[in-house]
Amino acid sequence: MRLLKLVPDDTNIDFLRWRNVAMAISLLSIIAAVALVAVRGLNFGIDFVGGQSVRVEFVGAAPNIDELRSKVDAIGLGEATIQQFGNSNAVNIRTALPEGGEKTAEEAGRKLVAGITAAYPQAKTGAVETVSGKVSGELLRTGAISLALAMLAISLYIWIRFEWQFGVAALFALFHDVTLTFGFFALTQLQFDLNIVAAILTIIGYSLNDTIVVFDRIRENLKKYRKMEIISLLNLSTNETLSRTIMTATSIIMALAILVFFGPDVIFGFSAAMLLGIFIGTYSSIYMAAPILVWLKVGPDSFIPRTSAAVAGGERVTRNDDGAVV
Amino acid sequence: MLDFPRWKTIGISLILLLGLIFTIPSFLPEKTTETLPGLFQSRVNLGLDLAGGSHLLLEADLSDFDAVQLEKMERSVRQAMRGEPGPDDDVAIGEVTRGNGQLSFIVRELTQLDEARERVNRLTQGVTQGTQLTGQRDWEVSFVDTTRVVLRATAAGRTAAIANAMDSARDIVDRRVNALGTREPTIIREGNDRIVVQVPGLQNPQQLKDLLGQTARLEFRMVDENANPAEVAAGRAPVGSEIVPYAESSDQAGGFEVLKRQVMISGDQLINAQQQFDQQSGQPVVSISFDSGGANTFARVTTQSVGKRFAMVLDGKVLSAPSINEPILGGSAQISGNFTVDSANGLAIALRSGALPVKMTIVEERTVTPELGADSIRKGVLAGIIATTAVLVFMIVVYGRFGIYANIALIFNIFLIIATMAAFNATLTLPGIAGFVLTIGAAVDANVLINERIREELKRGRKIMDAVDTGYKEASRAIFDANITNVIAAALMFWFGSGPIKGFAVVLTIGIVTSVFTAVTVTRMFVAHWLRRTRPTTINI
Repeated sequence: MRLLKLVPDDTNIDFLRWRNVAMAISLLSIIAAVALVAVRGLNFGIDFVGGQSVRVEFVGAAPNIDELRSKVDAIGLGEATIQQFGNSNAVNIRTALPEGGEKTAEEAGRKLVAGITAAYPQAKTGAVETVSGKVSGELLRTGAISLALAMLAISLYIWIRFEWQFGVAALFALFHDVTLTFGFFALTQLQFDLNIVAAILTIIGYSLNDTIVVFDRIRENLKKYRKMEIISLLNLSTNETLSRTIMTATSIIMALAILVFFGPDVIFGFSAAMLLGIFIGTYSSIYMAAPILVWLKVGPDSFIPRTSAAVAGGERVTRNDDGAVV
Repeated sequence: MLDFPRWKTIGISLILLLGLIFTIPSFLPEKTTETLPGLFQSRVNLGLDLAGGSHLLLEADLSDFDAVQLEKMERSVRQAMRGEPGPDDDVAIGEVTRGNGQLSFIVRELTQLDEARERVNRLTQGVTQGTQLTGQRDWEVSFVDTTRVVLRATAAGRTAAIANAMDSARDIVDRRVNALGTREPTIIREGNDRIVVQVPGLQNPQQLKDLLGQTARLEFRMVDENANPAEVAAGRAPVGSEIVPYAESSDQAGGFEVLKRQVMISGDQLINAQQQFDQQSGQPVVSISFDSGGANTFARVTTQSVGKRFAMVLDGKVLSAPSINEPILGGSAQISGNFTVDSANGLAIALRSGALPVKMTIVEERTVTPELGADSIRKGVLAGIIATTAVLVFMIVVYGRFGIYANIALIFNIFLIIATMAAFNATLTLPGIAGFVLTIGAAVDANVLINERIREELKRGRKIMDAVDTGYKEASRAIFDANITNVIAAALMFWFGSGPIKGFAVVLTIGIVTSVFTAVTVTRMFVAHWLRRTRPTTINI
């Protein structure tokens, strides 16, 4: 049986040749993402701003959005955000936290459900969520802290396992991935809620997964080819791991794409964010992480202890060229 | 590479077999698993977003907590000063005032100052933390201008009082939720002033929310018939009385009554409360019966006050204020107040389970109907099956025999994840299903790393055995490092996330651990046995 090879043998793509162009594109995308978030803002779900959210399932087709909106507005809870789920007959109706503070989110939720049921007696309210202002404030804070902590903790781990240049490069790649994901949510105005924070944390984990495989090969090659020029070495390492990068990315993207298209619409945003993140993460490990190593002047000496025992350390490293000793 | 000891093979096979066995109960109906021996009863729980149900976060409203504590202290002080029956034992006090977080009064007779001091000190207690005494009292007692006694709650005393109140609030919430006949509710305290209530499979959470929103402090108090209408209209009640509004649900909403401050009987003297129908009007009412102390008081007061009116006050609002037509001696009464059957039933449950020591408000609610949950499970499982099939085909097409080994490992990985979750009684949530699908896509990464490395080593001209051996060894390091980062991310998710996201983090973490085991150790076993058996001269990878 002939086996499929996604990536031909012995590729020799000069990835690093495009590093300045790629870096310019990446920086521009980051600026664009930040601008998008600043201008359009994120469409925060009730998790982060408080309020009421009701999922309504209609018998047959969902009514016209404008008609639905006017009926929901008539309930008197302010302007509603209405989101339709793909092809289904379900919509999500969200209203902002009522004036007058946190105690009323739950009461407003009752009013919203009662109003919808009165306007559409046939419709079913499948899910009801209300979050008070105090709770949403806490969720926003812990969400932001956990994102920052995850990025720092993972970069720290890489610093410990590799060298500081690698940690910085990883942190920058992560920053790139997370910012672009934020930009995507600002652009599409998909609802940004707790699930999305979890998705971003997952992206952070998996994007690093990729970066580490490349880093691991760079470290190995740095010890193996001590005379090789750094750019060629990074190119070699990226090419050697390219087949694996493409294989794994294909497998994960396949699984996630199936989840996006066949999975429950309740977690559409969550699945879509992860799918996007895998794309961005794969790109960033090739084009963000490696070039930064060039600028931070990583070389064969980066892995030799900078103590008086440098010579002994060098011997040890060459002897164990499998990298078991770092 | 060929060297794969027998004990290792047996050990690995045993783990895989256990994984298989402990997966099964999660797929059987719950009724069946209950009949199995204890070890096989553990199964994966479904989260509220899949099983349907309500998650409610209750927060205590502590804004008037201090005022209520002072009020209670005043009652205790008055009672202590009255002492045992007999005029000699009374300590005469006066000018009792509450405010600014303190209670103060003067002792009228200088000779009774020591006695007063002793009685007040007896009302305060040492604060304990766990079982340890902290050395602090809950109230600080000081004397001003010789005869004025000032009581102020200490910070430690206040904290302890709140913790106490929250503990009993939790018990009362527990009783109320259970009274609704719900299945396996979870009620836990969270932080200083919150209680989480999770009730699976609830069709209509409205009743539950109404029930938990009630403090249910019931008081029977006499109407002050002597109040001057002009004074009352100006918002001033006579000394010893106060103006209390009618409940919104009552016929006389918007109106008010002038009631004596003194409570004739309170809700803690109840022994039972039931929803019934009034015999004349047919309206739903709540019939209550008092304990013997309450019954005696009720009989005495109603005998003395025939023709006067008393008021039933619930949570500071008047429900009704009937006239006493004749003495009520049986120790039972009927509360009427424009109820529906549901609200009367709710009040009966609330009264039976006791009044909440603090008012609780619902600050977060997440309710999913069982239908939507079932729909999510169906679509999630469908996506999982399609994704698994796609990944299995992909691996065979790309890696041939080594792909099949990876696939067997992947299928065992699925069993191991479910079995581990069942063993820990972990909860599967909707994001958890997504985590499952993601894990399936990512689990083959380890095999990809290994297989790609083997391809590389073969290209470099190594012999088959050597190439396979190096492939496993070299790839393992990257696999380990790469998976650690995922665990770090998952740990943070577990820390900050609410229920569904915790479920996602759990699946992710378990999946990472089991996938490293199956993808590295299990496939290595298969490959080693195959190489030893056939000793191939070329391999297709």
